[in-house]
Amino acid sequence: MTNTILRALLSYWWRSPLQLFTFLMGLALATGLWSGVQAINSEARASYDAAAATLGEGQFDQLVPRVGDRIPQSVYVDLRRAGWLASPILDVTFKGVRFVGIDPLTTPTQMSFSSDSGFSLEDTDLIFGNAEVASVLEGFVEVTIDKSIPPGIAIADIGVVQRLFKRNDLSRLMVLPEQPIRRPDLVKIAPELVVQPSQQIADVAALTDSFHLNLTAFGFLSFAVGLFIVHSTIGLAFEQRRGMIRTLRSLGVPLSNLLSLIIVEMGLLVFVGAVLGILMGYTIAAMLLPDVAATVEGLYGARVSGTLSLRPEWWLSGIGLAFLGAGMALAVRIWQIMQMPLLSAVQPRAWAIANAQRIRGIAILGMVLLGFSGLLAIIGTGLGQAFALIGFLLIGSALVLPWLTIKLLDFAPGKGVITSWFWADTRQQMPGLSLALIALLLAVSANIGVSTMVSSFRVTFVSFLDQRLAPELFVRVEEEKTASALEKYLLERELEVLPLLTVERPVVGQPAKLYGVRVGRTYRESWQFLGADPDVWDQVAKGEAVIVNEQLARRNNLWVSDEVDIAPGLNIPIAAVVGDYGNPQGQVVMGEILFRQLHPNAVATSFGIRTTDTANLRKAIQADLEVPDSGIINQASIKSMSLEVFERTFAVTAALNILTLGVAGFAMLMSLLTLAGMRTPQLAPVWALGLTRTRLGALELARALGLSVIVFICAIPLGLALAWALLNFVNVEAFGWQLPMFLFPADYAFLGGLAILATLIAAAWPAVQMVRKPPAALLKVFSNER
Amino acid sequence: MLLELKDITKSFSGVDGDVEVLRGVSLGLDAGQTLALTGESGSGKSTILHISAGLEVPDGGSLHLEGVEINGLGEAERANLRRSEVGIVFQQFNLIPSLTVEANIGFQASLAGRRDKTFESELVEELGLSDQLKQYPESLSGGQQQRVAIARALAVRPKLLLADEPTGNLDESTASAVLTAMLDLVGRTGAALMVVTHSAALAEKMDRRVRLKGGVLL
Repeated sequence: MTNTILRALLSYWWRSPLQLFTFLMGLALATGLWSGVQAINSEARASYDAAAATLGEGQFDQLVPRVGDRIPQSVYVDLRRAGWLASPILDVTFKGVRFVGIDPLTTPTQMSFSSDSGFSLEDTDLIFGNAEVASVLEGFVEVTIDKSIPPGIAIADIGVVQRLFKRNDLSRLMVLPEQPIRRPDLVKIAPELVVQPSQQIADVAALTDSFHLNLTAFGFLSFAVGLFIVHSTIGLAFEQRRGMIRTLRSLGVPLSNLLSLIIVEMGLLVFVGAVLGILMGYTIAAMLLPDVAATVEGLYGARVSGTLSLRPEWWLSGIGLAFLGAGMALAVRIWQIMQMPLLSAVQPRAWAIANAQRIRGIAILGMVLLGFSGLLAIIGTGLGQAFALIGFLLIGSALVLPWLTIKLLDFAPGKGVITSWFWADTRQQMPGLSLALIALLLAVSANIGVSTMVSSFRVTFVSFLDQRLAPELFVRVEEEKTASALEKYLLERELEVLPLLTVERPVVGQPAKLYGVRVGRTYRESWQFLGADPDVWDQVAKGEAVIVNEQLARRNNLWVSDEVDIAPGLNIPIAAVVGDYGNPQGQVVMGEILFRQLHPNAVATSFGIRTTDTANLRKAIQADLEVPDSGIINQASIKSMSLEVFERTFAVTAALNILTLGVAGFAMLMSLLTLAGMRTPQLAPVWALGLTRTRLGALELARALGLSVIVFICAIPLGLALAWALLNFVNVEAFGWQLPMFLFPADYAFLGGLAILATLIAAAWPAVQMVRKPPAALLKVFSNER
Repeated sequence: MLLELKDITKSFSGVDGDVEVLRGVSLGLDAGQTLALTGESGSGKSTILHISAGLEVPDGGSLHLEGVEINGLGEAERANLRRSEVGIVFQQFNLIPSLTVEANIGFQASLAGRRDKTFESELVEELGLSDQLKQYPESLSGGQQQRVAIARALAVRPKLLLADEPTGNLDESTASAVLTAMLDLVGRTGAALMVVTHSAALAEKMDRRVRLKGGVLL
């Protein structure tokens, strides 16, 4: 009996290949986008974990210099002699690769570096790195490829790194977890060092959590849109199989057996769809991962491997979610079958009409959710509530859409009999089309919202570049003596020189960069602040106050006139908060004099120069000071390079946008096609009364056009509300900055055109089917022999 | 007695409250006997048929099939009994649209676990369906679909065959041919037959005829 029933159930899909395709593709798209995003997230997290495990960052306390960023080797020797158990580390960044020199004999055992190639640092002079690092350093140094090394890092014995970079000092000392019971105070042995507790050291995974949550939210949105397709297909399949289910039961199939086998049948199909989705997800992730790596590095300075592994956490979560989503849709149908009288009438259209009565109830639920969203906008704080706000906003709007569309159709123009029939027929189709329209609404509004956010960011970023890149020429030198010669050379020519002094040190327990600037006309005229005292630059020049960037201020709840610790025991008031969209870290800007007092060893190796004759000055610097061409960059080049980095940073968002819109277009196509198969009884009488098949096909296209215009009109306010929520809540939490919102009507019009075009393409197929439908197929409606 | 209905009552809820469809109907049918159930539309004919098949549960009275009280059985037990002992020919055929004619004919017999392909071939031959075996129901005419439904009901060799307007969709000559074949097959399998019909000609060919009016037997 089981085989007979299962064969009958599966025969439905065999005879309805389009529906089978829709079902599998809907599920595959939903699972694919979700698992693709999860694959990216898990790959990134694995990279962060590998980095933390290899470098011990976040695990062990460290000793760092109070001033500057170098520790003399003799200090380390003194500490060891005094009983301190510490391991020296030398960090040098070259060509974007972080060289980490460690001492294999004293490294804590918890640090997990062990070469998979069988070598040990103890007995070799090799430098280990992954394939990408090896390729970057080709020609400079030979790197032994070891895939277990985190991206962007080269590890070697500390002696090797010291020889390579002609250094004889250290960057930091890692304090081993087990220490002698009695050891002298640090202040007595090395007063120039300070203990940096492990929890205060940058936790890259925590910093990037917000970014990955953003990606997850996008993946979930795509999953939801894909599930609309699955829900719609399962619903349609069950409606069309009501007759079969009734027949099976009347021929003696017990309800329990039937339900069990329907679950088995659906389970098989969901499994196939989910596996297809995992394959799709892997492809998507492999395509997007390089862009995500660029984004994470651009925003947070974290490195992510450029190659993808098939990790169980993401493909299992994809399959699990596919079963959960399809299971929810199936549960509703199973419940309906259980409640269905054995001899109920088989009227597929009755399902659609009955649903129309529920549309108003669903709209009321949607309005309640929109109310919650509004409430959260007023009282909510934190990332979780920001996402809840967006969730309520999107779901609430989606639930209101079918009712709103029907109401808008009441105002449709035209009084002729055909027009009246056309609008009435459109209203009647709404229950069947509503899921596709909701999918389109979500996709278009997400596109409007995210593109408004990104474009607002772009406008702000360009303005930020104009402020920060006021000097016409930038020169970077490698050596200290060249730097001082350059400065002298430029000052002799009476040019305004802006040396950029910088050191890295934790501020309020988080990694930050301290800048020393020469306050002058350029800074006073160019910089704009988010909040400032009236005499900012005077205070900064005198060393009485500092300027902090927005991300440092917001992450630590600081603002103008609050104090910030810029050196041990030295708290200084904030005179201004500046928008900073070019780096992930906190920044503190202070006057040159104060900076040199705090960091006497620091040397400016970068200079901004104000000049009206960049070409000749460039040539002169090259000729007179032998500065290589690569060390001199003009303002325009930096701007275009920065914008290029910006565009790449948001490439992943743009790709996800397009994919979501594609899924919505597919949902529309499949809904229209499946509805077209059920609509012959509605269209045949109109055809018999004198409307040609061509005209009926044209009317189908006009209907799709009208509905997509309504959806687009609804998507504009929803998308703008989404952008507002992203800019004012999510971005502040995720990136640490709040951006002004700009409107881009031309972009929205283009997007609207795309959405309408996608709908028309989707509607063209069923319209052509209508035009080509043989009269015999239409005539069958009037015969009892259908 | 193969089938015995005693004081069967049945109501359905309507817009203006409950509508009493059957009001104390008693009826018996022996093995091998044929019975025509006639009456006006809405008189309760189809309801008696559905109750006899265990598809509907009566509000009152008792129903025995081969001495087994059907009213006392659960949904699964009634389904088991129907699957193996009862063949039903529905007015709207109720074929499975995604299965071929051949698969439809053997469907109930497969469910009951007693498929007999030789017997099915005989049925196909006698009902004139040999050329349609690989076709799907949607490509058949109403008469052909009706014959497939009859073949499906008989292929399981039921003890009780129930038919709701089996010739209602057929022209006169096709109806006569289908009826003759059906009676012949019923005779050969020894099944009892209860037919709901408006057709006097069809009723004439049955061993017994009973007429329903307003939910009671006349």
